[in-house]
Amino acid sequence: MTTFIVPLALIGGLTSVGVYLLLERGLTRMLLGLLLIGNAVNLLILLVGGPSGNPPVRGRVSDGQTSTADPLAQGMILTAIVISMGIAAFVLSLIYRTYQLTLDEEVTNDPEDTRVAKLTDEETAALDEARPSPDQARDTEEPDELDALPGLEGSR
Amino acid sequence: MSTTASVLTPLPVLIPLIASAATLVAGRRPRLQRTITLIALSAVVAVCAALLYLADHEGTIALHVGGWGESVAGMGPLGVTLVVDRLSALMLVVSSIVLLAVVFYAIGQGIRDGDDRQPVSIFLPTYLVLSAGVCNAFLAGDLFNLFVGFEVLLAASFVLLTIGASTERVRVGISYVMVSMVSSVIFLIGIALIYAATGTLNMAEVAARMDGVAAGTRSALFAVLLVAFGIKAAVFPLSSWLPDSYPTAPAPVTAVFAGLLTKVGVYAIIRAHTLLFPSGGLDQMLMVAALLTMLVGIFGAIAQSDIKRLLSFTLVSHIGYMVFGVALSSELGLSGAIYYVAHHILVQTALFLVVGLIERQAGASTLQRLGGLAAASPLLAFVFVIPALNLGGIPPFSGFVGKVALLEAGAQDGSVLAWLLVGGGVVTSLLTLYVVSRVWTLAFWRTRTDAPEGDVAAAAPSALLDDTEDILLAERTDVGRMPVGMLVPTGALIAVGLTLTVLAGPIIGYSDRAAAEVLDRDRYITAVLGEAPR
Repeated sequence: MTTFIVPLALIGGLTSVGVYLLLERGLTRMLLGLLLIGNAVNLLILLVGGPSGNPPVRGRVSDGQTSTADPLAQGMILTAIVISMGIAAFVLSLIYRTYQLTLDEEVTNDPEDTRVAKLTDEETAALDEARPSPDQARDTEEPDELDALPGLEGSR
Repeated sequence: MSTTASVLTPLPVLIPLIASAATLVAGRRPRLQRTITLIALSAVVAVCAALLYLADHEGTIALHVGGWGESVAGMGPLGVTLVVDRLSALMLVVSSIVLLAVVFYAIGQGIRDGDDRQPVSIFLPTYLVLSAGVCNAFLAGDLFNLFVGFEVLLAASFVLLTIGASTERVRVGISYVMVSMVSSVIFLIGIALIYAATGTLNMAEVAARMDGVAAGTRSALFAVLLVAFGIKAAVFPLSSWLPDSYPTAPAPVTAVFAGLLTKVGVYAIIRAHTLLFPSGGLDQMLMVAALLTMLVGIFGAIAQSDIKRLLSFTLVSHIGYMVFGVALSSELGLSGAIYYVAHHILVQTALFLVVGLIERQAGASTLQRLGGLAAASPLLAFVFVIPALNLGGIPPFSGFVGKVALLEAGAQDGSVLAWLLVGGGVVTSLLTLYVVSRVWTLAFWRTRTDAPEGDVAAAAPSALLDDTEDILLAERTDVGRMPVGMLVPTGALIAVGLTLTVLAGPIIGYSDRAAAEVLDRDRYITAVLGEAPR
């Protein structure tokens, strides 16, 4: 299989720009990055489908072509384009919703992650304190919560 | 192949898709919508059970949808290839049971908590599309069809995760969408490269031609696919998206995501590892990834105080067991992994459903607010403790059986790395037990007044919208009895999980046969391509 340097360079360029944008925190930029990478992959599929040739339609010829272009690669690209268009529309609506809710369009850190990471030892201990210090004045013979089960009130 | 099989094979995809269209049409009539959904998913369970029987007794079923006739000389079969062997049949049966139970639960929750102001007319159609996507991924005999199956289930999962579009869900939804799409793009790159290397995407044909590809190229292709599937299956270090995104969704959605979506990734890893790239060039790396997944996941779980997040971390951790079984690439290891996948789908889904019940019952899912549940509701304690002990691997539950099978396979392998993994597996199992017993002591045994924030609760049960407002527990009036519609499906799922224990003998026998079949690539290739010389 012969490959051509221009489409390869194009694929590489699109992907690297896409990755750069995807690593941003701005949501629109991330979406643009995703779309660029998607286009790069579509180009890659086209490239691996082989050299150009006659259109993959029976009885159609293009000037001076001896082979027929690969219809499967084109079919796959079409599917990939449709999927990325649908997802892009959905992401755009999510971005707009984020803007409505927070007047911003940035990916933020997970607050629960941050909270757990910042827990001090005392706080963790307080959470796990399953043995409250014994209350000497408490009458343990008194019925408690567990004795209040329906039908077991008089279990002692 | 019998005509029955060829009629049945596409149905697990077709029925949910048609039902989804029908539920959209019936969008303004909730009762009709529910009826259609329940009938459709019950039918899928029946069809999958029939396919399991056929695949076990009559061998692998391969169907080329489209019927464009047999192949032109030297080319693969024309049409979309669907394949059912023992592995995919088992996956189909377990997932369809889970899908049915969860939709019962969601409907029960919706009826109880009033879904008049919720976007339910979207929920059921989307859920059905998700079911179709999951079934399609298990049936696909073609890499591109597998990709389409992934996309279908992902697109549906985006909608389900962000349902209600509250601040929290949108924030989480965006990162989930981005991570999933990156994994899909990587998968697509893998598909393009495999197409370049072999000139086909039919999995059987790829497998047959892969022997002619240079070993280095083969490993590179496998690595690309592994990254794509690893993100979906949440294998460390590609797992950090999962505990952030799953817990915010409504309980039934989290349950079905936790049960099925990651397992679709594990299934894809099994297929790629056994059928497409059997030489095992990356086994060592997979084993290290499995060990780290187990340990990092379970250590993460120890640090959490929200039960949903805690369970999401155990989910990541236990993916490590399955990857371990796959990486051993022995029949015993694979059989253990297959049994473990089935066990884990059932138990993890059941646990998330129980968390939904806890939220319903106590108005909170974080350990800082929970307490006294054993006294408040012994029934809830019962339905929590069974799947929790099962997850921790206490005999005689199926978690124990699965782990023993995997550890045995590791010991049989005998390499240093395998023994390390056996050790890691035991440690993870013990730590899982520690994590669930911590939930048990804190949420169920201590009195609620001892909890740091025990006096507050969420203002209202969150069915599909999440209301983050807090009120005093004493002011919340509807705390109390659990809706039967939510309790019964949870119980049913736990019962199905227990049959894995009761019928462990026959099921292990089945997973042994499935593993042997998966390792015998020629059988798959012949079933799909026929006996013709290749």
